[in-house]
Amino acid sequence: MLDQLISSLTDGLLLGFVYGVAAMGLTLIWGVMSVINLAHGPVIALGMFGTYLLFTHLGVNPYLAMVPVAGAGLIAGLVIYVIAVHRVINAPHLSSLLATFAVNMIIIGVGTAVFSTSPQNIDYSLGSVEVGFLTFPASRLVGAFGAILVTACLYLFLYFTRPGKAIRAVANNRMAAELMGIPSSRVLALSFGLGTMMAAVAGGLIATFFPFTILSGGPYELKSFVICVLGGLGNPLGALVGGLILGGLEGLIPTFMPVSWVPVVEFGLFVLVLLVRPTGLFGAK
Amino acid sequence: MKAWQKPGFWLPLVIVLVWGGVVLLIHQDTMRETAFVLLMAVGLASSLNILLGYTGYVSFGHIVFFGLGGYTGFYLLSEQGWPLFAAAIGGGLLSAFIAGLVGLAVLRLRGAYFALATIGINEAARAFVSNFGPYGGATGMFVNFSAYEKYGGPGPALWTTFTFLWITTLVVLLVSYLVKHSRFGLGLLAIREDEDAAMVMGVKAPKSKTITYVISAFFPGVIGTLYFFKNGNIEPGDAFQLHMSIEMLVMVMLGGMGTVMGPLVGAVGYQWLRGYLLTSPIFKDLHLAVAGAMLLVIILFVPAGIVGWVRNHVRRLQKVLE
Repeated sequence: MLDQLISSLTDGLLLGFVYGVAAMGLTLIWGVMSVINLAHGPVIALGMFGTYLLFTHLGVNPYLAMVPVAGAGLIAGLVIYVIAVHRVINAPHLSSLLATFAVNMIIIGVGTAVFSTSPQNIDYSLGSVEVGFLTFPASRLVGAFGAILVTACLYLFLYFTRPGKAIRAVANNRMAAELMGIPSSRVLALSFGLGTMMAAVAGGLIATFFPFTILSGGPYELKSFVICVLGGLGNPLGALVGGLILGGLEGLIPTFMPVSWVPVVEFGLFVLVLLVRPTGLFGAK
Repeated sequence: MKAWQKPGFWLPLVIVLVWGGVVLLIHQDTMRETAFVLLMAVGLASSLNILLGYTGYVSFGHIVFFGLGGYTGFYLLSEQGWPLFAAAIGGGLLSAFIAGLVGLAVLRLRGAYFALATIGINEAARAFVSNFGPYGGATGMFVNFSAYEKYGGPGPALWTTFTFLWITTLVVLLVSYLVKHSRFGLGLLAIREDEDAAMVMGVKAPKSKTITYVISAFFPGVIGTLYFFKNGNIEPGDAFQLHMSIEMLVMVMLGGMGTVMGPLVGAVGYQWLRGYLLTSPIFKDLHLAVAGAMLLVIILFVPAGIVGWVRNHVRRLQKVLE
C-alpha cells in the first residue's frame, strides 16, 4: 500500500513540474499586465503539434525540437500581443478576456481545419527508469528536468538581465517604470511572448507523455488556472510549487477514491483558495 | 402606465411577442426549432446581461446555472413526474438558490478573480454531476417517455415547450428593463462604475450584487429545463459547456452590454452569423476562426456593441433603444 502510494505520488509530482511550466506562462502574463490569457490552451496544443511535426516529418529529436518550438512560441506571443492584446490592455477585464478568447477561437478553428481532431502521438520512447521499487517512464524524468531547466532560465532572466529587470519593474508599477524610461509597450509584448513560450514548451513536454489533439490544450489551461491560484496569481515560483501540489493531488487522489472525483477536488480547492486566500497559498496577505 | 409610452420598454417585448406569435400561428416544425434556438439565446444572453451589463461582474461560467437548473428540472420532470411548468420553475429556483449561496462568497472577489472563480464553479459542478448517482452520473439521463403523454405525445409536447420558452424570454426582457429602471438598478449601475464610491453613497453593494446574481441565475435554470426536455436527454458534457458560456458573453458584447435591446440583437445576430458560417461552403471548415476574428474586431473597435454604437452615433434613436 505504501509502495503504491509513493509510486503514484512520484508519478504525479514529476507530471506536476510540467504543469508548473504551463502555469508559469499564464501567471507571468497575469503578473505583468493583469490579463488572463484565454489563448493559453491552444498555444499549449500548438506546442504539442510543433514538436510532433518536427519529430515525424523532419526526424528531429523531440527534446531538441523544444528549442525551435520555444522560439516560435515567443514570436507567436509577440504577434498575439500586438494584434489582440495591446489595444485592450487598459480596458476592463472583460475586453482582454474576450480578446484572448477570440485568439483561442481562431487558433482552434484553423488548427481543426489543418490537423483535424484525431489524436496524434509522438512515438519516441526512452524506456523506463527503476529506482528501488519505483518504476516510471524516463520521459517523465526528462520532462521534469526540462521543466526545472526552464524555470531556472526564467529566474535568471528575470533577476539578472536588463530586459528581465524591466519586466519586473513594469509588473511592479507600469507608470513608474515608464517614468524611468522603460518602454513599457515593448516590455509588455516581451512578457506576453515569454508567457506563450512557456506554454508552447510545456505543450511540447506533455506531447512526449500522452497522445493529444488540437483540443487537448483546454484541460491544461484549466489546470493552469488552478495552479496559478494555488501558487498566487503573478508569482512564477509559486506556479511551480502549485504545479507540484496539483500533480501530487492527481497522483494521490486515485488511490483513495475513483479517478472521476479528481476534478471535483481540484476545482473545489480552486474556488476555496480564491475565496479564502486570493493571493495564493504562499502570497503575502 | 407611463412605461408604455417609452419605446425602449415595449419595443423588445413586442418584437419577441410578435415573433413567437407568428411561429405559433404558422405551426411549422423547422421554424419552431430555429425560433427555439434563437429565443433560448436571447433569454440566456439577457439574463447574463442583468449581471454583466448592470453590475459589470464578468460571470464566465454562467452556464453552470443552465446546467444545474436543467439537471434538476429534468430530474423532477422525468423521474418524479412533475409537470413541465413546475419542473422548470423548480430548476430555476434551484439555480437561484445555489447562486444565493455561492454569490455571498464569490461576489466578494472583483474583476478577473471573480471571472476565474465562476469558471472554477462551473468545472466543479460538471465534475460533481458526472459523479452524482441520482442524476445518472457521466451518462446522464433520458426522458421518461410517459412525461410526454401529459401533453398528447412528443410532437405537441415540443410546442408546449416552445410556448413556455417564449413566455420565459418575454419575462426575462421585462425583468431586465424593470431592473435597469428601478432605484435598485441605479445602485447596480453605480457599482459598475465604482463600487467603493457606490458603497460610500449608501448602495448596499453585497446585498444588491447577490440579489442580481440570483435573478440572473434563475432564468438560465428555467431555460435549461425546457431545453433538455426538448432534447430528450441530458449529460454533463452538454449541460456545463464552458464554450456556451462564452458564447453568451459574446452575444451580450455584440449587441451591447448594459442595454435591454442589446442581448436581443446580439443573440439573434450571433446565431444567424454562426448558422451562415456553418452552412457556407467557403467558411464551413473555418467557421470558428472566422467567428473569432469577428469577435476580435468587435472587441477592439466597437466595444460598445451594436446597440451601444447606434445609441452613441444616432441621437434620435437614443430614446428608442434602451
